[in-house]
Amino acid sequence: MDAILAGTLLASTLRVATPLILCALAGVLAERSGVIDLGLEGKMLFAAFAAAAVGTVTGSTFVAMLAACGIAVLMSWLHGFATVTHRGDQVVSGMALNIITYGLTAVLAIAWFQQGGQTPPLGEDVRLRPLWPGAGETFGVIVGEGLLGHDGLVYTALALVGVVWFLLYRTRLGLRLRAVGENPNMVDAAGLSVRRLRYLALSMNGVLCGLAGAYLVLAQSAAFAPNMTAGRGYMALAAMIFGRWRPVPALAACLLFGFLDTIAVRLQGVKLPHIGEVPVQAIQALPYLFTVVLLAAFIGRNVAPQALGRPYVKEH
Amino acid sequence: MSAPTLPRWADVVVLPLVNLAVALLISGAVMALIGQNPLEVLTLMAKGAFGSMRGFSYTLYYTTTFIFTGLAVAVAAHGGLFNIGAEGQATLGGLGAGIFALWLARDLPGFVMLPLIILASAGFGALWALVPAYLQAYRGSHIVITTIMFNFLAYTLLVYLLVNVLKAPGSMAVESAPFEPSAALPNAQEAFAWFGIEWPSSPLNLSFLLALAAAGLVYAYLWRTRAGYRLRTVGASAGAAEYAGIPPAHQILIAMAISGALAGMVGVNEIAGVNRRLLLDFVAGAGFTGIAVAMMGRNHPAGILLASLLFGALFQGGAEVGFEMPQFSREMVVTLQGFVILLSGAMAYVLAPTLARVIHALPGIAKRRPA
Repeated sequence: MDAILAGTLLASTLRVATPLILCALAGVLAERSGVIDLGLEGKMLFAAFAAAAVGTVTGSTFVAMLAACGIAVLMSWLHGFATVTHRGDQVVSGMALNIITYGLTAVLAIAWFQQGGQTPPLGEDVRLRPLWPGAGETFGVIVGEGLLGHDGLVYTALALVGVVWFLLYRTRLGLRLRAVGENPNMVDAAGLSVRRLRYLALSMNGVLCGLAGAYLVLAQSAAFAPNMTAGRGYMALAAMIFGRWRPVPALAACLLFGFLDTIAVRLQGVKLPHIGEVPVQAIQALPYLFTVVLLAAFIGRNVAPQALGRPYVKEH
Repeated sequence: MSAPTLPRWADVVVLPLVNLAVALLISGAVMALIGQNPLEVLTLMAKGAFGSMRGFSYTLYYTTTFIFTGLAVAVAAHGGLFNIGAEGQATLGGLGAGIFALWLARDLPGFVMLPLIILASAGFGALWALVPAYLQAYRGSHIVITTIMFNFLAYTLLVYLLVNVLKAPGSMAVESAPFEPSAALPNAQEAFAWFGIEWPSSPLNLSFLLALAAAGLVYAYLWRTRAGYRLRTVGASAGAAEYAGIPPAHQILIAMAISGALAGMVGVNEIAGVNRRLLLDFVAGAGFTGIAVAMMGRNHPAGILLASLLFGALFQGGAEVGFEMPQFSREMVVTLQGFVILLSGAMAYVLAPTLARVIHALPGIAKRRPA
């Protein structure tokens, strides 16, 4: 009984955390290069719609994922056009992209699929399948189902944490990306293009958001529904801040938030010994509460990238 | 290569209209893409919003809410703060109105109850905004992030209280019992009936007058008092303000308290005026529409009144079009709102220089330009 519970909790935590991890990594890349990205939510939502729409029409998982990443990268570039090229307000731009996406995906879904905003459910052959379907029988509930019962995108997300960490801290490009978020003047003086580096970070950010959106329709639910991201992009943003703009702590925050979400569903109506019934809303509020408390505790410490949110004006 | 600056009249009048026109063009292209005739939609929208007294009354009802949230975003903006939290502050405002109405309306008459509800809405909204304000002023936590978090916290708090405490016993719907009549703000139909004027039934209520008064007070405060001058000084340059003896931290608290109180008064309109019971989702994105309204209205109360009327008409018109053309969704209006924010907020430096060049190329403008 306990092993089954542990196995399902673990499996569900990983499933909930996967889109958060992908988006949080996307946020880390953009913000370490100095560009605030509130648009994670919108990019994920549009990517989910693209994956659902293209998956329905073409019946190909690969093309659906390509479409998801493509649209998210385009949105990242639009964000870059407004804020990097034209030095517009990064917060406002991200907010605007979220609102546009919220409206536009619903409009397009209603017009093209005529099911009140839903897309038709994707077939089993388009959806992502567990990599090792027999793992549960071989390795038991905890390892087999909890850890090994997932589709490839879950493991890709976990692997990407390492990839982003390696990129940021062990490569020359990563050093430049971090430098452009801390001190763009210095990077400029070294003869590198601030603009190109920030666009590069935004492009990678778009691909990651695209994967997150694709995961929502190809793995979690089989169809697109209006506003199906339901604030996950903001929660990923919170996880990124909670992880102090670093990939590995951000992963830990995503797993924590995923776990909280999982037990919030499980604890509905359950009376705990000594505590009594814990309201679901209290657990659901915890990720946001944690983030606010942590932000308040940050005082005086330079944890956010120094040049975050400041458009770079090249001197002549 | 610096572009010529825009003359003031163009900056205040032409630029917002150009931004709106471009946003409308993009939205029109989207409509054309999904096989709808943009002109037909626009005509139906205008007819739905202004074509009948009932439609116009609905338009003014939407306008009321957008005036409150637009002013909320604008006051914060004058203090140099971007308040994304109007959504949550409005939620708390409605909660405040609901708690006081359910608690005291049985014993108190309307002339005591209604001012109390207005104070409760404004007070709850202000307190909810003061926490992020304090964290920004004294702990350096970025107000954009904290107000986003507070939007989610406000919603979960409302869900918790409604489900566990305030829900009407025996009811399936997640909403409170209806308020006593003394806690219901008279609607336009009732108010006009006092003077023997017939008015169609609609959600429009007396909080429209409250919104107009708020706009006037915000104008007087920002441009006619020393306190408003201090606030604008901090917004223009926190460093200069500090040097001049104005502590920016105090102004952050004041700006956000006023901003939150204004957003909170959405609760007067939606909860005490329209629904007359506490329920979920009564804000419905108005906090974000407030951002578009404040940007189009250039953070000036007069501009905000006009922009609120515009968005009120769009939302009411959009709802009417939905009845006539089943494939049209109201989300089209949300999309348009997003493009307005993108163009007038984030891309402020994209269109303006082009517009400035065009205006300066016009004959007769250059001569009037001060040297």
